[in-house]
Amino acid sequence: MKYLLMIYGNEAVMMATPKEQTEQRHAAYGAYTEALKKAGVIVGGERLRPTSDATSVRVAKGKTEVLSGPYAETKEQLGGYYMIDVPDLDAALSWAARCPGASHGTIEVRPIWAI
Amino acid sequence: MGVAEAAEAAARASYGKLVAFLAARTRDVAGAEDALSEAFAAALSDWPASGIPRNPEAWLLTVARRKLIDTARRQRTGAEAAPTLALLADELDEEEPQIPDKRLALMFACAHPAIDPGVRAPLILQTILGFDAATIASAFLVSPAAMGQRLVRAKTKIREASIPLRIPEPNDLRGRLDAVLEAIYAAFAEGWTDPVGADERRRNLAEEAIWLGRLVASLLPEEPEALGLLALMLHAEARRGARRDAKGEYVPLAEQDPAQWDARRIDEAESLLFVSSRLGATGRYQLEAAVQSAHVVRRRTGRADWAAIERLYDALLAITRSPVVAINRAVAIGETHGAAAGLAALDAVAGDPRLVLYQPYWAARAGLLAAAGDSRAAGLAYEQAIGLEYDPAVRRFLQRRRSMLKSDHSKEDMK
Repeated sequence: MKYLLMIYGNEAVMMATPKEQTEQRHAAYGAYTEALKKAGVIVGGERLRPTSDATSVRVAKGKTEVLSGPYAETKEQLGGYYMIDVPDLDAALSWAARCPGASHGTIEVRPIWAI
Repeated sequence: MGVAEAAEAAARASYGKLVAFLAARTRDVAGAEDALSEAFAAALSDWPASGIPRNPEAWLLTVARRKLIDTARRQRTGAEAAPTLALLADELDEEEPQIPDKRLALMFACAHPAIDPGVRAPLILQTILGFDAATIASAFLVSPAAMGQRLVRAKTKIREASIPLRIPEPNDLRGRLDAVLEAIYAAFAEGWTDPVGADERRRNLAEEAIWLGRLVASLLPEEPEALGLLALMLHAEARRGARRDAKGEYVPLAEQDPAQWDARRIDEAESLLFVSSRLGATGRYQLEAAVQSAHVVRRRTGRADWAAIERLYDALLAITRSPVVAINRAVAIGETHGAAAGLAALDAVAGDPRLVLYQPYWAARAGLLAAAGDSRAAGLAYEQAIGLEYDPAVRRFLQRRRSMLKSDHSKEDMK
């Protein structure tokens, strides 16, 4: 079963974090990614640029609308993701709990729609 | 035994076991239920001609598995269906004389933290006991359509999010077991709200919850809270009949005739409680069952052990921080240290906004005020309680209590 772990956190707080702490966090993500690789469960994963760099697109009545900014303004923003392949939801949840992002934000776990 | 009775007996004993076993690997609870209901239909049409099979459970399982395989073949194409088919065919070859009991694993899936808490108890009632959505809806006071939709959504989530049908690892067991026990207790509480048992479905619900409690206690005999919950439900059920007099009027616990209590259930509850107390780790259900136990000592001593009740509510309050527990504790203190002390304890929670609309708070307050001799304030509190009570028998009881105060008043006024 593939699951997408979406890492939500407060971007503004994140940007204001002192350098030393940011480095610590990077190291934690590095170790976490390494653990996912070792367990052979990682399919992919990336960190996203902040929502200020986001652009949203939709087509209405044949016209393409391009809007600056994210799809929705929220208190916490999607900051990155991992795609993992594990046997069941309990396994996915336990990986999500280990993600550094779980300690300062929220990880939404979504199963991938199997085709 | 006729065919219909045999099918019904098999359904009663085996339904949840078969659903759990069929869904254990595929996690497709709805698919398992459909296959099983087709198997029951087949039994009703085949058994009259071919006779009741020696092992009805195994017969039903074989037919249901075949239905599942047929469905998998029809719905899916080649490569995707292969694993399911291989799995099912594999299991078919094994010829298991005993069907492994996966009901507890199914209950853990139904009460998984990923499932909406409000649908956990209904889901367990449906998948383990085979209740239909309409019956569950009427017991939980929601529309059948809404209940049906919630159940479907929850089963879809179990399948699509791959919620495992598995007993959690020892580390997680206690926490996750709480959700299972809570769901069972919620089912019991729904049944308990119908005191006379006039509503067949509700009465049934309390009995079915006890049946589920027995199942969990037998599968996890070392878990003190599983035993505690069963003891609590048995204690409550033992007094069901005593809650109403011959005219259908409400009788409060303190005025019930112990001879009306079901001694067999009480004895069973007491021995469960004794066993659970030796397993260490005291939890909420054991404490609540112990409170019941301290009430029923009145059978022998003529008086409830209020000192013990107060201590137990102290411990419960520390665990739950529940205002409902605080109310009961205040009543106990009223018995042990007098009405004034009870009122003081009640005042400590009076600020909780949830209590403004909570009938037992006002009834407790009225009782304590009356005992303290403040008839006027007691009368006002009774009025609040009466206005909040939806059970007519309890309302009449509260009205009688209030009128007793009033008559005292009017006599005083006349003097």
